[in-house]
Amino acid sequence: MSTRIKPKHQRLALLLIALAALIGATLLAIYALRDQASYFYVPAEIAADPPAPGQAIRLGGMVENGSIAMQADGVTVEFVVHDGQARVPVTFNGIRPALFVEGSGVVADGRMDADGTFVADRLLAKHDENYTPRELEGMTTAQMREELQDTVE
Amino acid sequence: MIAEIGLAALWLAAALAALQLLAGFAGARAADGKAELAALARPAATLQAVLCAVAFLALLYVFAITDLSVRLVAVNSHSMKPFIFKLSGAWGNHEGSMLLWVTVMAMAGGLIALIERRLPERTMMATLCAQAFVGLGFYAFLLLSSNPFERLAEVPAEGNGLNPLLQDIGLAFHPPTLYIGYVGLSVAFSFAVAALLTRNVTPEFARVMRPWVLGAWIFLTIGITAGSYWAYYELGWGGWWFWDPVENASLMPWLAATALLHSVSVLAARDALRTWTIMLGVIAFSMSMLGTFLVRSGILTSVHAFAVDPERGSFILALLALYIGGALVIFALRAHTISEGERFNLVSREGALVVNNIGLSAILGIVLLGTLYPLLTEAFDVRVSVGPPYFNPVSAIFFLPMMVVLMVGPLLRWRRDEFSRIIKPVALVAAIVITVLIRVAIVNDISILSMLGLAFAAGLAVASFAPLFKRALHRTPLAIWGMCIAHFGIAVALFGMAADTAFQQERLVATSVGDVVEVGPWTGRLDSVKAVAGPNWTAMQANMLLSYNGGPELEAHPQSRNFWTPQMETSEVALLTRWNGQLYVAVGNQAEDGRWQLRLWWKPFVTFIWYGGLLIALGGGLALVGRVVGDLRRRRQAAEGFDDEDLDDASETVPTA
Repeated sequence: MSTRIKPKHQRLALLLIALAALIGATLLAIYALRDQASYFYVPAEIAADPPAPGQAIRLGGMVENGSIAMQADGVTVEFVVHDGQARVPVTFNGIRPALFVEGSGVVADGRMDADGTFVADRLLAKHDENYTPRELEGMTTAQMREELQDTVE
Repeated sequence: MIAEIGLAALWLAAALAALQLLAGFAGARAADGKAELAALARPAATLQAVLCAVAFLALLYVFAITDLSVRLVAVNSHSMKPFIFKLSGAWGNHEGSMLLWVTVMAMAGGLIALIERRLPERTMMATLCAQAFVGLGFYAFLLLSSNPFERLAEVPAEGNGLNPLLQDIGLAFHPPTLYIGYVGLSVAFSFAVAALLTRNVTPEFARVMRPWVLGAWIFLTIGITAGSYWAYYELGWGGWWFWDPVENASLMPWLAATALLHSVSVLAARDALRTWTIMLGVIAFSMSMLGTFLVRSGILTSVHAFAVDPERGSFILALLALYIGGALVIFALRAHTISEGERFNLVSREGALVVNNIGLSAILGIVLLGTLYPLLTEAFDVRVSVGPPYFNPVSAIFFLPMMVVLMVGPLLRWRRDEFSRIIKPVALVAAIVITVLIRVAIVNDISILSMLGLAFAAGLAVASFAPLFKRALHRTPLAIWGMCIAHFGIAVALFGMAADTAFQQERLVATSVGDVVEVGPWTGRLDSVKAVAGPNWTAMQANMLLSYNGGPELEAHPQSRNFWTPQMETSEVALLTRWNGQLYVAVGNQAEDGRWQLRLWWKPFVTFIWYGGLLIALGGGLALVGRVVGDLRRRRQAAEGFDDEDLDDASETVPTA
């Protein structure tokens, strides 16, 4: 911008620069969101249309009764998440949340590995009556909702 | 009785807000801002602040004595709770936090009515009118759908207790500071609307608005910093920022307020960026309200969303639409009447601040879209979550160029400058950045963002004090010191974030008593595990002895706590703080074979994140004191008949922060 341009033009130029930056930011955001948003899956959806291995996703469902098994290292836990239609084996390395028990609802952040096991980075279980993982609120499978009734109000 | 007094005080305050609305409107209509009714506007605002304070004290009182006949106390408190959490629990729930919001808002309104005398009377009246209009909406929300003083027909024997995650000293600081910041921005909003209505967008107006923006911004900064540290040690996940929608809800007003702070300085010093400043004034408080909507409507689920009540959500949404929409309509109708500001070159202080503003706005847009995206997709029955893989790289695209401008901008002169004049300091800073970048790239195998973070932090640390070079330090205005310290704070925080991300080390093990654990430079062993009890919890406590690089053994006592009202298990982490970082220890479950799960993180320089946040707030505080003292001195000299033109110019050659 030269000093000789009229004030009106300066305002216009500023406006255009600001608009360009904001539109650029918006387009960038939309592009990145489509790429980076982590989609929520229930086991039936994973069975029907498996996500690419390594893609960050969220998995939600019920912890199958009798499926929780602790590995010899004392920190890796394996269990199965189901929704009445399909089952997904999960492995998690970390401190489990207090209310993570068999038969309860769980939401896990992580990704599928090549042999169809879900590797969880973080587990979200019911904290208390005021804090339920949002995705467990309106699940599609009727059977799941029934089971969830007891654990996740 | 006390609860009824509180409720009555609130209704009276709401009535006074209605009076203030009318009086302010009458004043704004009159040519000189003086109408008979207008004389009532200021007293109405002041009295409102007093009444809200009474209502808030009444709420504190019923919580302090655990008056279980008040529904809010019965639902959220418990007689066995430690006293400090009884008090802070008063705002650890939906109704109480909205009362805090309204109280802070009334206090801010009362304060401008009481002490702000620099504006033309008409603009002042319009400001009070706008403030009352916004206030009325929130009084209505509080009284009609979130009455904190509701009584119960049957008094329960005991209360439900407070969410254990909130039973922490953090609750005493984080919400009040954050709310002062959020709601303090309502003043900037009212000023902006009033300036539009009375066609008074001038440097004098900007100088009046600036300390209020600065004050709100300081509290926002402290509130966010406190919230980040609280989440860090309370959740036990070892992270300090999760890009959780609720965190974003506090970050967005901060980004807007930071932009506003800089543009209002340009307006005050150089009479440029008039429309833009007004727009930001509207946006900043809009982001506060949007944050409240996101957090309080139950649309998001987190520890912050106390109650899921669709009616409340619609109520806040309606308020949001009314205020943001209304302000934007006024803006659209009046923006063309704001005449052109002063011109400037791209290479100038103004130019740099424009880049800063655009960068901050772009990041604001990115955070906003990322936060709303899951809500949008849910309308199409697609559930997604958006986290660090989106926010970190995308915001960095705008953040890093801003860092470059941040290093150079404060060295530039107003209006017009040449790069050749500042080539030496710029070359020095560039050399530092490049040296650090090369050094880090060769020695460490870390992510590109961390590398850039470390390099820019080093460059900015030096560059932030460059404006002091060749100045007589004892004559340098406080506002400039404030700017340097706040910018230095950004360097410190950035260094902490990059260092922690790049160099943190984590160990997750199952140990028996006596086992040795190593993480980074620390060696420790589990000495014992025993049961301990608190006033409303019991816990398993791991007693660990840890030494740093073979030094003396230090004790750490992480706990896994079980609260009984309400039933909940939380992790109380143990922190060992050194100057160069923090050791973070959490204890988990006991395995069937009797071993205990321990999770240890060595987090180099993680504390710098919060030191940086505090430095930023301190810089803001210095600037605020400098501005207010300067203004008082000028007013006194004006009263004594001095010609203060020169003094004024001198102090305006640099912007705040």
